This record gives sequence, C-alpha cells and structure tokens, in this order.
Amino acid sequence: MARLNVNPTRMELKRLKERLKTARRGHKLLKDKRDELMKQFLDIVRENRTLREQVEASLIKAQKGFAVASAVMSHEMLTQALLLPKQSVSVEMNFKNIMSVDVPRYTFHMKTEDASEIFPYSFLHTSGELDDAVQNLSDVTVQMLRLAEVEKSAQLLSQEIEKTRRRVNALEHFMIPQLEETIKYITMKLDENERGNLSRLMKVKDMMIEAQFAGKND
Amino acid sequence: MYKVSVLGDRESVLGFKALGFNAVAVDDAETAREKLHELAEEDTAIIYITEQLAVKIKDDIDRYKDDVRPAIILIPGKDGTLGIGMNGVHATVERAVGADILDN
Repeated sequence: MARLNVNPTRMELKRLKERLKTARRGHKLLKDKRDELMKQFLDIVRENRTLREQVEASLIKAQKGFAVASAVMSHEMLTQALLLPKQSVSVEMNFKNIMSVDVPRYTFHMKTEDASEIFPYSFLHTSGELDDAVQNLSDVTVQMLRLAEVEKSAQLLSQEIEKTRRRVNALEHFMIPQLEETIKYITMKLDENERGNLSRLMKVKDMMIEAQFAGKND
Repeated sequence: MYKVSVLGDRESVLGFKALGFNAVAVDDAETAREKLHELAEEDTAIIYITEQLAVKIKDDIDRYKDDVRPAIILIPGKDGTLGIGMNGVHATVERAVGADILDN
C-alpha cells in the first residue's frame, strides 16, 4: 500500500492520527447505514416482485379482454366509445424518508368517485365484453399505482446502496490502510531520529570525557 | 397534482384512456422518445410504458432511473409480456447487492 507523501514530523503524525480516527468512525457509520439500507431494500424488492407478477397477470387478462371486445365490435365503434373519458386521474406526490433517501408516495385522486364513471359510453351500442375489459383494467389500477411506488423506491434505494457500498469499500481497503501505513512510517522515522540523536550525544560525552582525561595526564 | 401517463401502441393504451389516464398512443420509437421526454419534463409523476415500446427506447428510459420523478414503469402491452419488466427488478437487486439474490 502506497503511503502518503508527507514530511515525517510530529505535527504531521498528530494530524494523521486524527484523520485515521475520523476515517474509522466514518467507516463504522457507513457500514451500519449500508446494512440497514440493505434490510429495507430487500423488503421492498420482494414486494416489488410479487406485485409485478400480479399486475402483469391482471393486465394481460385485461388486454385479452380488449382484444375480444374489439373482435365483436367494429373498430370505429370501440374507438368512439373510449375516446372521451368521463373519469380523470391524477396523483399527489409526497415523500417518505427511508434512511435519508426520499422515496415517493402517491395518492390517487379521481375526478369523480362514482365507480360507474369508468364507462364513458352508453351501453346501447357497445358489447358486454367491453364492459368487462374496462372493469378488469380498472381493478388493477390501485395495484399499478402501488407498483410504481415500490419499484421507484427500489431503484432509488439501490442507487443509494451502491454509493454507500463504494464509500465503505474505499475507506476499508484504501483510506484506512494508507493512513496506517503512513503513521507507521512517521513513527519509525521519528524513532530512528531519536536513536541517532541519542547515540550522537553519547559519542559527544565520550569525547568530552576523553578530552578531560587527556588534560589531567598532561 | 401530477398526471399519470400511459405510453404505448394505440390498442394497448385505449383502455387506460377510458379510466382517465393520460393515454399517449405512439407508433415508432422516435415519437415515443420525444413524448417520453416531453412528459417527464411536464407534470407527469408516473409513466407506464408497454414493454414492446420500452425495448426500443431503453437508453432514454434508463436516464430517469435515478430521478425521483418520473417513475417509469414497464407494463405488458397487448401482445403480452416480454419479461423485461421483471428483468428490471432483478437488475435493481444486482446493482444494490452485487449479485442477483432473489430466490426463484
């Protein structure tokens, strides 16, 4: 592991030790965040899967219904019947905070509450198959909305998890070893200097004593 | 207040129109692309798009993956499902976990 390019001074050592402490703390926190995110994510994604299976099955059924309806009715009649809807749908978007990720929550709003308003035509010129098809489709809408909510949440969470995982790994496998290596290098260098200094002092002392003896003998 | 849009071929979106969704019928990928961005910029919170159409404009759909709005959800069109909606769920897991751990 490459060490940082710093001067081996006590100042630097103190600074690096502080940084290592912060990095370790950050690593622990991010790891906790990742684990909790993962837990939430798995719950959501499981729901996503079952919901998608249900919605897909129901929609295929509804689409088949429309195919049958268009077979028994003329194309123009069908288009005309559905062209001008009475019902109008809009959603309100709120946010829910999951581990500091904002995920959307939708609330459905219909223009009219009356359930029969999904049929924008008079029953005189249309076939019963069309009624069934529209009804089937209408039954799926609540689930479809929930699917949108869950699937978007899963996508947003997966993005956040990916980000957090990268950070955790960067700290664990790069930042922290690098700091440790540098701290070790500085400590060794400082110790070496200390020893060098000490032996120099001892040498000087020897020389001074020798010089004294030499003076006495004269 | 946001709109809910459905994007797909004419026959697939017809039913949604009756329910009061903002149904947008498109035939080719180019118009679909245009419409998608148009809807995303406007006041649409959820865009349901048929899988048959989604395959053709995958890159454009992926662009909105990390944004909160719009949520782009794949649905089976009149010719049934291609399975890419479900693949998307597995791809999400793979992105988060690093491997697809959803049990079949």
